[in-house]
Amino acid sequence: MRLTTVVAHGIVVRFGGVAALSGVDLTLSAGSVHALCGENGAGKSTLMKVLAGSVTPDEGSVAIDGEPVTFGSPRDALAAGIRMVHQELSLVPALSVTENVLLGAESPRKTMRQRALAALARIGSGIDPDVRVETLSLADQQMVEIAKALASADTRVLILDEPTAILSPRECDALFACIKQLTSPGQTSPGQTSPGQTSPGQTSPGQASPGQASPGQASPGQASPGQASPGLAVLYCTHRLEEVARVADTVTVLRDGRVIASGPVAEMPRDVIVRHMVGRDVARAARTRNSPGPVALAVRDLSSGFARDVTFEVRYGEIVGFVGLVGAGRTELVRAIIGAAPIDGGAMMLEGRPFRARRPADAIRHGFGFVPEDRKGAGLIMHERVRVNTTLARLASFARWTIVDRRRERQVTREWIDRLHIKAQSTEMPVDRLSGGNQQKVVLTRWLLGELKVLIVDEPTRGVDVGARAEIYRILIELAQSGAAVIVVTSDLPEAAELCDRLLVMREGRLVGESDTVERAGTMMVGGA
Amino acid sequence: MSAFASAFFSVANLVNVALSIAIVGVLGVGMTAVILTGGIDLSVGSGVALVGIATALAAHAGGSLPALAAGILLGGLGGAFVGLLVARWRVPSFLVTLATLSIYRGLAYWISGGRSIGEFPPGLTWLGQGILLGLPVPVWVMLLVFALGWFVLTRTTGGRWVYATGGNEQAAWLAGVDTQRVVFLTYLANGLLVGLAGVMLAARLGAGVPNAGVGYELDVIAAVVVGGTALVGGRGGVIGTLIGAVFIGVLNNALNIANVDPYIQRIVVGVVILGAVLADQVWRRILRL
Repeated sequence: MRLTTVVAHGIVVRFGGVAALSGVDLTLSAGSVHALCGENGAGKSTLMKVLAGSVTPDEGSVAIDGEPVTFGSPRDALAAGIRMVHQELSLVPALSVTENVLLGAESPRKTMRQRALAALARIGSGIDPDVRVETLSLADQQMVEIAKALASADTRVLILDEPTAILSPRECDALFACIKQLTSPGQTSPGQTSPGQTSPGQTSPGQASPGQASPGQASPGQASPGQASPGLAVLYCTHRLEEVARVADTVTVLRDGRVIASGPVAEMPRDVIVRHMVGRDVARAARTRNSPGPVALAVRDLSSGFARDVTFEVRYGEIVGFVGLVGAGRTELVRAIIGAAPIDGGAMMLEGRPFRARRPADAIRHGFGFVPEDRKGAGLIMHERVRVNTTLARLASFARWTIVDRRRERQVTREWIDRLHIKAQSTEMPVDRLSGGNQQKVVLTRWLLGELKVLIVDEPTRGVDVGARAEIYRILIELAQSGAAVIVVTSDLPEAAELCDRLLVMREGRLVGESDTVERAGTMMVGGA
Repeated sequence: MSAFASAFFSVANLVNVALSIAIVGVLGVGMTAVILTGGIDLSVGSGVALVGIATALAAHAGGSLPALAAGILLGGLGGAFVGLLVARWRVPSFLVTLATLSIYRGLAYWISGGRSIGEFPPGLTWLGQGILLGLPVPVWVMLLVFALGWFVLTRTTGGRWVYATGGNEQAAWLAGVDTQRVVFLTYLANGLLVGLAGVMLAARLGAGVPNAGVGYELDVIAAVVVGGTALVGGRGGVIGTLIGAVFIGVLNNALNIANVDPYIQRIVVGVVILGAVLADQVWRRILRL
């Protein structure tokens, strides 16, 4: 049995004088999952792109089984058996699962269906190959994306970029099982490679470098049915460090384009990885629990869309977390509260008085703030300046006779940039130049500028790196301590544990219980007692 | 060539260029605001014709000032109608104004019986043909409208909300911007400017002419786009539109003086617009790096 190894050595990539990678080494082995960690901007994406052929390194080499390879384009990497599954799904919604899996590798209809089925079976998925992709859940679409990467018989290396970003915990479990299966030996390839097709890793006799298996042996993709192959080599890039221990065998941490640490997962616990990533100890936000004040918002039997008959209270000074699986109705609920979604039934009281928002502006007038989960699509005007995005909700308070006092706007924005350590060179910088964490701070600042009674934050740290994450927790905790009521929707249980005073669990549109511990909340999320 | 230069650079000719873009310029300010919200108005050409007819009728009935008021109000009414459909009922502005393009022109022909309605009182004529402090009155009006448009769009809350709505309507709405109202008011303002431009055109022609202003919408959109305002909304401004209008006006004028075949002129103008837009794209890409 031959083991595929990909060795990247001394990779240097510069973008217009700025080094994105400065001399990175990375080794991927068949049958093993290698986790790649690092903050945003550490060089993870660039390294993945080098391996996937979409970025050509300025220096350094990539070798597969000792054979140096040069990837001029993603096509070359594909031919070498390296497939990348991007964070954004790249499926064609109107086409069937089969058509998507074999996109670009079309063959007669009957064999197509069989090949798609084989690829799906290989990841242990029972998705119907004939349905249109747009009818599938996001998790299933993710599976189709992976099946697509495996449909080509000579796929030997799989690169996964944040594959769990859109998945619920249960779906993550399925994905991890799938990865486990893919990397375990004994996998048989799903289809037959067309005759005469060679992959660069298949060395001709006499050229094999020392330590290689005997020359001429078939590569895994060309293994005849039943013959054991060594499993895939997987590069797994993630923000969620708790996943590293669960799925990976080895881990490499990047910072500022350099490898800071690399080794077996067993030797690198989570806090060590975090320290390597940020270059310092991240103080876990010390949570001194407030004794909460009077009830700010009382919600009774509220229904909107998928959310049904939800009743709860939030008090001033506390952070209440809504946890649950993706699609449990939490986003619908909070959108209905602030008037961004129609209310089908129920009532709300704000400080004991009946309250109902017909549009977000109504809620904002009453002291609400809302940070949506989709920062780019619904939170920020990406091409606009930091200042404009910061003052957006409070613009009228910066104006006299409708004329905006831009000097005061700049001054206030500058103060908040300093106060929240937002990494922006000036108030006039477009927000799309900021990192995810700094963008999120800008959205938060918008609500901190004025009188705030209830802040609702949907997924506070999605796509935010570890360092900024701790700072966002601190901002929210300080806000609660200063007396505001905070509602957080999160799918990240460790986050819920760190941030929230109380956890409300939603399942299938209904509030199923309350818990002080994430362990119990986690059980309730999936239907346990 | 020096004959060309002396003809082109004469003060009289430059004033002539300014006059030739006055009406497109006034319309360009409204169009810029509409495009900034992510919309479009295809009906400004037939709008000015209909307003011209109404102005002429009002001038005969009541004199200059009622004519001016009637023209502007009718324009505003049209703008409010479009604004209601676009903002409240979410009909794409392209479709609404494609319909009003036809409706306005039909009304203009129907009301006028297809004939020009002339003989204006002197006050109204002055608005199109008069001279004030050495410049034609329409040029003054255009400059005033640009100044006002620039101030509102860049210095007031309403202007900021126009940019925010066009930049990301969902984000603006969730941040409490009443995006429906912003869009409605933008079309209303655009309609009022169509009314003003309609009165100016009638005054200049000395008559309400039912087939006036054919194709103006394209000239106006060209000026806005050459001026760098993005058709998807949220980016651009009236200063760019002024530059765009001057650019196209100068180009037309220069080709006229150089005696270029009018058919070929149109080709040249089209190619230059395309070149300007491409150059803008390339420039943006360079800046981003």
